[in-house]
Amino acid sequence: MFASLFSKEKWQRYLKSLKFALYCTTHPIDGFWDLTHERRGTYAAANTILFITILTRILRLRYTSFIFIRVYWEDLNILTYVLSILIPLGLFVIGNWALTTLFDGKGRLGQVYMATCYALTPYSLINIPLMIFSNFITTEEAQFYSVVGMIALIWVAFIGILGMSQVHEYSFGKNIIFLVATVFAMLVMIFLLMLFFSMITQGVAYFVSIAKELLYRM
Amino acid sequence: MKKQFLRVGALALASVILAGSVSLSSYAVERSYSYNYDYWGDVQDTPDFYEPCKTFTWKDLNLDKKITNPQGITAYGNFLYLCDSGNNRIIKMKSNSRESLEVVDIYDHFNGDSISGDNTFSTPTDVAISEDGNIFVADKGNARILKLDKDFNYIMEFGKPEDSSLDKDLAFAPSKIVVDTAERVYAVAVGINKGLLKYENDGTFTNFHGAPPASYNLLDYIWKKFASQEQLMKMESFVPTEYSNVYINEDGFIYACAGAVSEEDLKGGTGQNTRLLNLLGSDILVRNGVYSEGDFPVYGDIYMGSGGGMSGPSQFIDITSFPNEVFVCLDKNRGRLFSYDNQGRLLFCCGGNGNMDGYFRNPVALDHIGYDIYVLDQLDCAITVFTLTNFGELVFSAMEQFDQGKYDESLSDWQQVIKYDGNYDLAYIGIGRAYLRQKEYKTAMEYFKLKYDDENYSKAYRQYRKIWVEDHIVIIVIVLLVLFLVPTIIGKIKSIKYEFATADIFKV
Repeated sequence: MFASLFSKEKWQRYLKSLKFALYCTTHPIDGFWDLTHERRGTYAAANTILFITILTRILRLRYTSFIFIRVYWEDLNILTYVLSILIPLGLFVIGNWALTTLFDGKGRLGQVYMATCYALTPYSLINIPLMIFSNFITTEEAQFYSVVGMIALIWVAFIGILGMSQVHEYSFGKNIIFLVATVFAMLVMIFLLMLFFSMITQGVAYFVSIAKELLYRM
Repeated sequence: MKKQFLRVGALALASVILAGSVSLSSYAVERSYSYNYDYWGDVQDTPDFYEPCKTFTWKDLNLDKKITNPQGITAYGNFLYLCDSGNNRIIKMKSNSRESLEVVDIYDHFNGDSISGDNTFSTPTDVAISEDGNIFVADKGNARILKLDKDFNYIMEFGKPEDSSLDKDLAFAPSKIVVDTAERVYAVAVGINKGLLKYENDGTFTNFHGAPPASYNLLDYIWKKFASQEQLMKMESFVPTEYSNVYINEDGFIYACAGAVSEEDLKGGTGQNTRLLNLLGSDILVRNGVYSEGDFPVYGDIYMGSGGGMSGPSQFIDITSFPNEVFVCLDKNRGRLFSYDNQGRLLFCCGGNGNMDGYFRNPVALDHIGYDIYVLDQLDCAITVFTLTNFGELVFSAMEQFDQGKYDESLSDWQQVIKYDGNYDLAYIGIGRAYLRQKEYKTAMEYFKLKYDDENYSKAYRQYRKIWVEDHIVIIVIVLLVLFLVPTIIGKIKSIKYEFATADIFKV
């Protein structure tokens, strides 16, 4: 497993695929087509981009100027904060794949994941400089911050949508329909998960109470 | 690999279940007498700002009979007028020191003939004294406002205003009055929610002053469009909230408070329980610095949940203001005093319901002589005097010295305040503002940042940035030049190299 770490070829392929993420941000249609069809993307690069995105999310809490972000540290749970990014992402990937695979979608689960992660590139690309920049501005210049932050989100959404259409080989209209449907799929999954967890906790509580009862009587 | 994936998944599931099942444990904390809210709206214990000094009952005042159902007190110079409403009389007292009140006179009637012929009071609820010394009495039971001279000789009286918008059957019951320097009278009357009644000095009613905005929300409005007649009858109508009390300061601005403002209105910004009215009757109260969950600051208690038999928002029953523009509100609901500065920042809150000194059973009115606050309790039939502690004196002196431009003194006072209470947000901002005036921008920024004061921080930072750029202008120019020149030079060199490499003469 670790042998691949020392293979120069693998490293080169990894770096090349990471660099390819930059190409995807500026040439989304071409880029995302090549990403899956020409096998120019790697899971390692996708994971790296996701990791950097999460890292950016966490770092901006601490290093953005307090003018823009104020964190009540006592209430911040880093685990739930990370999960609040990972769970919607996971639900989106699974929901999207589950739906599109029924309707001629060419993308496989891994490819949907890869494309989604690659689409996140502009987020850290813009937000890391923005985070540093925020410490050098005053409330009057706050508009710049919010506009640039908004551009980052729109860009991510834009190339994400285009990326999905390329991965599944969908037309633009069909792609939009399935993205909307994915949102509903995510809601259904959340509902089922909550149902599942509440049943599990009740089940566990049942056995715990039996155990307690037994302990009292022994 | 698959096993690992499963393991990670199981871990994630377990953590989600754990996070969900850990219930928030709440435990009762013994709170100090005074408290404050920090930037996040958390309650912070503070040293006492005001402390109860003495309580006066009818025995302490050497009165002939028990005070019953008192409704109002008004301070004028060193004199204090108490409306002993249940006994239909007004008691004039002199405050020799904060620990001694001496009854000067008891008035159960006035001299001279009134229009109605009745020269006694019936449930007098409030007294106001003009600059010339004329005394105005809200004679609630007799449905009139009396204007008397300083020896209680009759001058004139104001009755129910002749206004078509008022219900003819409504009994006129003026409860609270203030009078401005031109002897115009502003009155709060029971059942009239269109604002304060404004009478000219000749006794004619002119208009309603400072009507509180009617509160309604869009959902209610839509619902009303579809509701049937019976449902409409049952629903509360969108009426503006009635004022509960008023206070006029030296500059003629009127502080007005409203008791029955709902929690939704307070938090949604559709209703206010405190207003500051200018001469035109518009609200000019500055509302910032008071924490709110939404965008609208809340005056009074932030946490409105039930506890100890009380629930809902603070119900302000009286308000008074010092010359330094600090005002104090009295909460009937939880028996607390809330004080804010002219920027709407909370200075302190203290008190509570109870029988101990400094706690109230049913407070109805307050006024101040100097910085001493006199609070009247309707059930205890007693007046409690509150006096500033060292801590309170320091805060006031720091604020006043800043306003007078004595920044060094203000700074040292605020630093003393921090020694008393390290959680006092205003002190940090005060220190920051003093440093800002002394052009020590870097230090000022640190203090503002600690308490999330972005406006002042930006002020300081703008100056700091300007100075920094001016000091480093040479380096900045050099860096910029290098950034522009180096790539162009490299490009030039490369193109020259390329020409050399491709030139015909070097080709062999």
